[in-house]
Amino acid sequence: MIVEIGHYALVLALALSVIQTVLPFWGARARDASLMGIGPVAAVGAFVCVAIAFGALTWAYVTSDFTVRNVVENSHSLKPLLFRITGLWGNHEGSMLLWVLVVALFGALLAVARSMAPGVLRADALAVQGLISVAFLTFIISVSNPFARLVAPPAEGQDLNPILQDIGLAIHPPLLYIGYVGFSLVFAFAAAALIGGRIDAIWARAVRPWCLIAWVFLTLGIAMGSYWAYYELGWGGFWFWDPVENASFMPWLSGTALLHSILVMEKRDALKVWTILLAILTFSLSLLGAFLVRSGVLTSVHAFATDPGRGLFILAILVFFIGGGFALFAWRAPLLKTGGLFAPISREGALVVNNLLLATACATVFIGTLYPLALEGLTGDKISVGPPFYDATFVPLAMALLLLIPFGQALAWKRGDLAGAVSRLLFVMGVSIVACLAIVFIQRGGPVLAVIGLWLGIFVFVGGVNEILSRSWKRGAPLSVVLRRAAGLPRSAWGAAVAHAGVGVCVIGLAAQAWSIETLGSARPGQPLTVGPYDVVLTDSFSRQVANYREDVARFHVLQGGVIIRTVDASKRFFPARNTSTTEAGISTIGFGQVYVALGDAGEHGLGVRLYWKPWVLLIWIGALIAAIGGALSFSDRRLRVGAPTRGRRKEPAGKEAVAIATVAAQ
Amino acid sequence: MSQRGVRLLVAAAIGLGVLMAGGGPGHALQPDEVLPDRKLEQRARDISLGLRCLVCQNQSIDDSDAQVARDLRRVVRQRLVAGDSDPEIRAYIVERYGDFVLLKPPFNARTFLLWLGPAIVLLCGAAFVLWGRRRSRAATPALNAAEQAQLQKLLDDREPPA
Repeated sequence: MIVEIGHYALVLALALSVIQTVLPFWGARARDASLMGIGPVAAVGAFVCVAIAFGALTWAYVTSDFTVRNVVENSHSLKPLLFRITGLWGNHEGSMLLWVLVVALFGALLAVARSMAPGVLRADALAVQGLISVAFLTFIISVSNPFARLVAPPAEGQDLNPILQDIGLAIHPPLLYIGYVGFSLVFAFAAAALIGGRIDAIWARAVRPWCLIAWVFLTLGIAMGSYWAYYELGWGGFWFWDPVENASFMPWLSGTALLHSILVMEKRDALKVWTILLAILTFSLSLLGAFLVRSGVLTSVHAFATDPGRGLFILAILVFFIGGGFALFAWRAPLLKTGGLFAPISREGALVVNNLLLATACATVFIGTLYPLALEGLTGDKISVGPPFYDATFVPLAMALLLLIPFGQALAWKRGDLAGAVSRLLFVMGVSIVACLAIVFIQRGGPVLAVIGLWLGIFVFVGGVNEILSRSWKRGAPLSVVLRRAAGLPRSAWGAAVAHAGVGVCVIGLAAQAWSIETLGSARPGQPLTVGPYDVVLTDSFSRQVANYREDVARFHVLQGGVIIRTVDASKRFFPARNTSTTEAGISTIGFGQVYVALGDAGEHGLGVRLYWKPWVLLIWIGALIAAIGGALSFSDRRLRVGAPTRGRRKEPAGKEAVAIATVAAQ
Repeated sequence: MSQRGVRLLVAAAIGLGVLMAGGGPGHALQPDEVLPDRKLEQRARDISLGLRCLVCQNQSIDDSDAQVARDLRRVVRQRLVAGDSDPEIRAYIVERYGDFVLLKPPFNARTFLLWLGPAIVLLCGAAFVLWGRRRSRAATPALNAAEQAQLQKLLDDREPPA
């Protein structure tokens, strides 16, 4: 019964989404406030209905209702409760339902948030968001129904792919989806602006919080996925430029560019056409990411044909929104007026270069990901594009971008002074060079590229710290004053500084991997293997039965100078329900570094093991987390906060004069 | 059950276990594959990291657990021991498996757009930015004489910055 209620709620949600799409749009054209007012009500209603459907399916999973096909195919009664719930989105149908839930959630949030967007813009954005709900709800109800029942229900389920039964992969999809779908709202705003033919700084202010939410979650989602790959796949790597990884990385790159170009638009009313284009592009890449991965096209062109109905439907949705978005852009963008001017050497100028580099980086990943598919489709030739390609193309672009970050932060808006910026950065450069040399000295050298990377990371990190210090520290001022000044800085300034510092931390962690050490060996009890500064010794091995799998555990001690400092378990798990096994790497964190133990086969010389010492590896994900916190800080800025009362506009007498002077200077 | 029966059962179980272990997946580079010569082994690792495991989604043969990858690792080491140079070994493997096996695609008529694509995008983007600047500057009229005088007055009246 509950399952049928879920199914019915989904149909109801579709009806409400249609209302959400049609009435506000019509109302905006007819300038009818009461028609536009129906939009928010419908959006909230649609969200409640999708939430009911989602709850019903969750209930079926929790109670192991094996009359539902989706539950049978992806669950098992012995599976721990957490993985019974998260198994819901570990498959196609369930993950589509999660996707629609997030789409509806963002629609409802837009409906209830007291946005500063003008009424017509909001009504149109709500309508476009509704249209996205309509498309995916239709898809689910017609060809991807998660509530389908079985005529002859089995007594037990087929279990979820064991590799997905992991806390990391349990929270990775929701984070990623909130990121992807958050950009759908930005897309909706862009489409609404194009329909209305009006776009200005107010649009930028209304959109920026949504863009920030999406960016923060996408950052967390990608970091989570990368950490999962690192500890679950058992080869010690965390990024392989896999198409699946690239698919989530492309919207991140263009979303990051968007976040920066919106700043220029808000400040200078410039880069409007480009910002709109980026908004459309970012959501297009999100759609591409979410659905090409799900449909398997990226791994094999032929996977699409395995279920033509679904494949074609998804393709139609992609073509409709991406094509529609770009068509609207081509038609209406020429109407947008160009905005304010700025000197090439200025914060705006630096942000333009930032956008150029990020867009090129995004294009590079796009080419690297899709070129093999295009080539195979056109000529039948198969090629592989792996890490060496990205090392040669993406890495130089990223390095240029990193070098630019502190300079961009040090430049003034409108018209900057390069010599002044350089002199302000002398301290940062000095500190970062000394720190980098000290590390390289302690490590007794290292690859040149890694040393440069390490310096860039430290440079960006110190640059971020300096951004706050230079604005709050004054020679001779007591500490309490400095702290008060720092606390008084706008949250968006804190956000930018923290996010950039986080990027620096992440880059330090990435560069440090050049100093990681690997040891291959056969482990025998009592005989230590050396990996970097540590010795690892096998002490015990045993089997145990846990929930829905059996586990063979090898227990190691990590020794430093003959003293045991850590105990670490590596294991192999066997899942009888699917007759598959997984390996669990043993990871022991020491400072920011990790000792990583991957099990191999048992041979005549002992148990084959791959040991790694990965110095500072945790900084990669800590850096991403710091960057996300920076985004959240920026989101909490008073002038951006959704629903914050807007302050009255006061014209400062000096403002006009400054603008006049700067305009002349720019010419 | 008789003692003999129990013994048979245990033997069968052990045999089955061995069979299952043998039939399961292999693993990434194993200690027994490593060459005794450290220099040769380092070359083997470098070559392996540039070769794709043919059955995996996207892994080098060095990282892959698949049997095919294990066989390829063995081939690489055999050729190394036989005295082949690195390019010879890569050519040997490409001859059998095609360019698909290389993680770094070669630069040729079919892939020049792949390799030059990023540079082309960057140059086009930069050209577009410069063109946009010039256009927007041209679109903004310069100050006329009266405005210029007014601006000069504003500048003159301005208090010197503190």
